[in-house]
Amino acid sequence: MTADPLQLDLLTSRYNYYAVMLLLGIGLYTLIESPNLVKKVIGMNIFQTGIFLFFVTLAYRTGGNPPIVTKGGGPYASPLPHVLILTAIVVGVALTAVALALIVRIYSEYGTLDEDTLEELYYD
Amino acid sequence: MIEHLPVLLVVLPIIGASVPLVASLYTDRIGWSIAVLTMLAYAALAGLLAQQVWPDTVVSYAVGGFALPYGIELVVDGLSLAVVLLISAITLGVLAYARHAGPHENTFYSQLLLLVTGLTGMTVTGDVFNLYVFLEITGLAAYGLVASGREASAAVAALKYLIIGTVGASLYLLGVGYALAVTGTLNMADMSGKLAAVGYDSTLVLTAFGLMVGGLSVKVALFPLHTWQPDAYANSPDSVSAFISALVSTVSAYALARLLFSVFTVDFLTAVPAARWALIVVASVSIVAGSALAVSQASVQRMLAYSSVSQFGLVIAGFAVATPIAVVGATVHLVGHAVMKGGLFAATGIIERETGTTTIGGYAGMGGRTPLAAGAFTVLALGMVGVPPAIGFVGKWYILVGAVEAELWPVVAVLLASTLLTLAYFARLGERLYFAEPTIREEGAIADGGEGSDGGERAEGSRSSSEPRSEGGDGDDGENAVSTGMLAVLVVAAVLAVALTAAVPALEQLLTETLPPLIQ
Repeated sequence: MTADPLQLDLLTSRYNYYAVMLLLGIGLYTLIESPNLVKKVIGMNIFQTGIFLFFVTLAYRTGGNPPIVTKGGGPYASPLPHVLILTAIVVGVALTAVALALIVRIYSEYGTLDEDTLEELYYD
Repeated sequence: MIEHLPVLLVVLPIIGASVPLVASLYTDRIGWSIAVLTMLAYAALAGLLAQQVWPDTVVSYAVGGFALPYGIELVVDGLSLAVVLLISAITLGVLAYARHAGPHENTFYSQLLLLVTGLTGMTVTGDVFNLYVFLEITGLAAYGLVASGREASAAVAALKYLIIGTVGASLYLLGVGYALAVTGTLNMADMSGKLAAVGYDSTLVLTAFGLMVGGLSVKVALFPLHTWQPDAYANSPDSVSAFISALVSTVSAYALARLLFSVFTVDFLTAVPAARWALIVVASVSIVAGSALAVSQASVQRMLAYSSVSQFGLVIAGFAVATPIAVVGATVHLVGHAVMKGGLFAATGIIERETGTTTIGGYAGMGGRTPLAAGAFTVLALGMVGVPPAIGFVGKWYILVGAVEAELWPVVAVLLASTLLTLAYFARLGERLYFAEPTIREEGAIADGGEGSDGGERAEGSRSSSEPRSEGGDGDDGENAVSTGMLAVLVVAAVLAVALTAAVPALEQLLTETLPPLIQ
């Protein structure tokens, strides 16, 4: 929690959070900007991966051991965020499966994956 | 067994949801019976739970027996009990409607029960991450249900819903991450204490609040995060739009209230006026913009969808005012809106089957052709406007009194204006129904692309078959006929919209007995 006196230190020691922000940004941008439905789903996955990385980073402790009680002593890395993310990954896979199934159906009905073309067909 | 009631409520529909899938190996049309049996058992469990909770007990259950701040906790208090009872009643109503209206596939009923699981889980959970999991279960089932419509546009609507809904749920999850980072706990009660200890003006706490509330607002469909809603409601089968419009946003709004009062508490709202004002502004904009968009719609279903945006703005405004009476009002309106909106969608489904029209222009003069459906529609619409003695009046009145007590004058102005705005779009429809010349042939031609005469014939045909289920479920003709069950559901909804007013004192007692710990 205590802030480092040197900003440089903050930059080099917190690189995980930059990766998180980058992934969230790339994901959200692809989701909004790409006209291709499959790429939108990929963007959604990248966005979620950013969140997963955020949680896993929260669990990290400098010098912490893996949270297996039999080997060695504390301090341990927190196992809780890992468990949460395991659940969230399962949820993400299920969502991707449903999204792709819907896309297959859209493609077989409209013959396009392009959002703009689809919009024209949809509002006809 | 009696001490396991909260978890049984979640487990029962999950088991029920898996049965029709296995049964599909042998027979294709057993899903409905299984769903009804499951929901009857669910209603019985909910009744037992109500006995335990009434009038002022809070039932807490540790899943798997793990010690409490660490394990997952299920909590049933007055607020969640009201929502559980609502879920059980609405689902039984929708099942009665779907008996004839379909879809008839086993998989449809699996998804429906899965949706009940997710909604119940969101209602009874006392753990913020568990809430995320149930939010996604609810979402997944709802996307599947929306896509169960026959037209290809249903898949497009479902995909749109999926992408926007997932971003909302992911933002909520990110907020949970911030809250976990600052408190180290996921249990709502535990987190509430630790957030207060950290200090409400901490940047981390504020970020967590913004992300969690923002994420849930997508699911509630507040303006401008509502864009998935009209497509999803208008393109799904009528049983599904009645079900989803009545429950999904409702339970999400409940979750938002739970987050406000059980996790962040009213102290947070007083300590950070900006957060409270942000909520009030979003809610007020939602009320006005939702109504304005509703007025400009040509399709009745889309109009009802935008009306939901506006009504949920009202509910969230009530929660944000956060005086006890406003919270009671918001809860009453939450429950009342669910019954009325579900009923309105059922009515549009019946009118569509009887006359073949779904546009406001097409409703012209239909008051005489489908007297029962049009009558029920009008009663429900007036209830939504807030004409006493309907439940819509009580909810709005309480929220208004709460806002006056809290001296939030801008909110008072928006609330009063909202009633007029609601009247604006429903009055237009009422005028069409009863005081306009029928235009069904021309309208049918516009709506169905040249099938005008067909629409007219269909209307004649189904009028003669509106006596008790003449030619049952087989063939294309049967699909468009209206069963007594469907009409009964509609009438019950219309009666409830008025009769529920009598239940308000009971609900008020239930909330005031269990809410004081929430609203200190």
